[in-house]
Amino acid sequence: MPEILQVNNLETQFFTEGGLVKAVDGVSYHIDEQEIVGLVGESGCGKSVSQLSVMQLVSTPGKIVGGEIIFDGQNLLELEANGPEMRSIRGAKIAMIFQEPMTSLNPVLTIGRQLTETLELHMGLNKSASREKAIEALRDVGIPSAESRIDDYPHHFSGGMRQRVMIAMGLSCNPKILIADEPTTALDVTTQAQLLELMKDMVEQYHASLVIVTHNLGVVARYAQRIYIMYAGRIVEAGTTKDIFADPRHPYTIGLLKCIPRLDEERGRKLVPIVGLPPNLINMQPTCAFSPRCSYKSEKCLKEPWPPLTHLGNEHYVGCFNE
Amino acid sequence: MNTQLNEHILDVRDLKMYFPVTRGLLRKKVADVKAVDGVTFKVKRGETLGLVGESGCGKTTIGRCVLRLYQPNDGQIFFEGEDIIPLPEKGIREVRRKMALIFQDPYSSLDPRQSAGSIVGEPLKIHDMVESPIEYRDRVDELFRIVGLDPSMSDRFPHEFSGGQRQRIGVARALACEPSLVICDEPISALDVSIQAQVINLLEELQEGLKGLSYLFIAHDLSVVRHISDRVAVMYLGRIVEVTDSQTLYDDPQHPYTQALLSAVPIADPFIEETRERIILQGEVPTPLDPPPGCSFHPRCSRVIPECSQAVPPLKTVGAEHEVACIRV
Ligand SMILES: Nc1ncnc2c1ncn2[C@@H]1O[C@H](COP(=O)(O)OP(=O)(O)O)[C@@H](O)[C@H]1O
Ligand SMILES: Nc1ncnc2c1ncn2[C@@H]1O[C@H](COP(=O)(O)OP(=O)(O)O)[C@@H](O)[C@H]1O
Ligand SMILES: [Mg+2]
Ligand SMILES: [Mg+2]
Repeated sequence: MPEILQVNNLETQFFTEGGLVKAVDGVSYHIDEQEIVGLVGESGCGKSVSQLSVMQLVSTPGKIVGGEIIFDGQNLLELEANGPEMRSIRGAKIAMIFQEPMTSLNPVLTIGRQLTETLELHMGLNKSASREKAIEALRDVGIPSAESRIDDYPHHFSGGMRQRVMIAMGLSCNPKILIADEPTTALDVTTQAQLLELMKDMVEQYHASLVIVTHNLGVVARYAQRIYIMYAGRIVEAGTTKDIFADPRHPYTIGLLKCIPRLDEERGRKLVPIVGLPPNLINMQPTCAFSPRCSYKSEKCLKEPWPPLTHLGNEHYVGCFNE
Repeated sequence: MNTQLNEHILDVRDLKMYFPVTRGLLRKKVADVKAVDGVTFKVKRGETLGLVGESGCGKTTIGRCVLRLYQPNDGQIFFEGEDIIPLPEKGIREVRRKMALIFQDPYSSLDPRQSAGSIVGEPLKIHDMVESPIEYRDRVDELFRIVGLDPSMSDRFPHEFSGGQRQRIGVARALACEPSLVICDEPISALDVSIQAQVINLLEELQEGLKGLSYLFIAHDLSVVRHISDRVAVMYLGRIVEVTDSQTLYDDPQHPYTQALLSAVPIADPFIEETRERIILQGEVPTPLDPPPGCSFHPRCSRVIPECSQAVPPLKTVGAEHEVACIRV
């Protein structure tokens, strides 16, 4: 499948009192049409900021300071963040679902009003047509009695149902890309499974691509075709899901796989924790930020700037000197 | 009585905890939230029993009843052979010395105005466990070392520690009075994945070191619960639906809810995931205010028959230490 999104050397920084936070520090990735891609990393590594950058939703003290975001042949960073062109893309051609739906739903508007607003804005539908379409969208995502629930307010819905509403909203304008930023992290496992399955089915049906942002390696193993592993604002390893799990090459990826208990493992295996803590990204050294926690590190790691990604074959890339 | 005392540290029988729902100025009771509705289980000395289930199924409430932070509506809780439900406040104090609690949230469960050292040492004072300031100091230092913290950090305040370190402080405090049972309520849920393993290993090492230490390990993450527990009890809407050892839980789950729960947990292995059967449950967990009659899982169950809504199925033995509450099994 051809590429729908190509991000090159994206840099997004926060200018805080404590110093400079390089939240996204030269990130490059691509998404193919109708592909499910996983973006994996622990909290604070820049997953959300990178995705918000694609939507041009980074606000002060944050700023996109470099790079390109090519969508459908056009560099989005050349468009004005709040201009008409970007608005016709954001929420319509590229839609995003967040971890906490309450922050992206307006509590004083009915679900119906929020859905029809988007439909009227982006699809040019009239009132009754957009209401029809909104009911249909809610039905599609499995909301029972959609024709009456459409007039309820967000707080009338359970966490799982709210996330279904978000999925309906995200898909209502036939987007090319749906970005799901930890959409199920706060929910129970069976609800998580329902929603992930729903998203997978829906993007298939809409021929859209799905970006699953998560810290859960199981989720990407189940759903993603390709994975990007992020650490401290950088992508440290990329590849097909099978390559990454069968042959992880970055010490951080290897560490992540060894430190989680697996549902199917024999009892008695000892977990191998990753020593130390993730860095807080303020005023970072130019060297590899994983080196303080790395058991494979060499002299070079402590002297030279972050290694660039090297190609290992197939679509597998890793950013490590000792590889 | 004596064999029970030796083998089982905790023996909970038919525990019920209802929270009244009140309305109006007179706070008239209009209904009950049946948070825990007839729960029976045992924890052996030195064993870890995992308690797993989705949010709202009653896990925390069970933990709080066992600590007698709640007064249950009904049932018995034998701790070291003695029913603690009728105990007066004075007896409860002694019980609480031998039982400790580790909370979920290392960010809000520690008093921000107390130094780490005084948080850890406080139970020693409450329970008169030390005779002199020197002994107090030594014991606090020792507790810091046991959980892998540098005793020189004991003057610092909680906000100066990372999440994983704060959870270590919580563990050190829990161990202060040499408890025989520790109730761990979602102890790692708030931590980053790379840090979770540190706390899991710490809990495991403590149990190996302190012979006879038992855990009631409450969590919603089935992989973590399986990893740390000898046996696991699966809960749904205030009741236990299946109890078995951790290996059997994965190899041979019998209750349709257990099967669905296991299937919902993705395994970090794309080769296994490719061919794994996925059971996607329909609908949501009903409210404990008005649970479905009979087996409360029946409206979502793929194997439901009319009899399922008639009576609450009791736990029945289906194998060695394997019990299931389902009439279809
Ligand atoms: N508004 C902000 N001000 C300052 N720093 C921020 C802000 N938002 C995010 N950051 C920093 O950017 C980094 C990346 O954050 P984020 O993308 O949200 O991480 P993730 O989604 O991977 O958990 C973090 O270190 C965070 O502290
Ligand atoms: N103090 C309380 N008052 C009223 N209802 C409560 C109280 N504590 C818990 N509940 C209710 O009891 C049920 C079980 O809660 P809890 O034991 O916290 O579940 P879990 O720990 O498994 O998530 C839930 O429906 C919850 O809303
Ligand atoms: Mg995030
Ligand atoms: Mg709880």
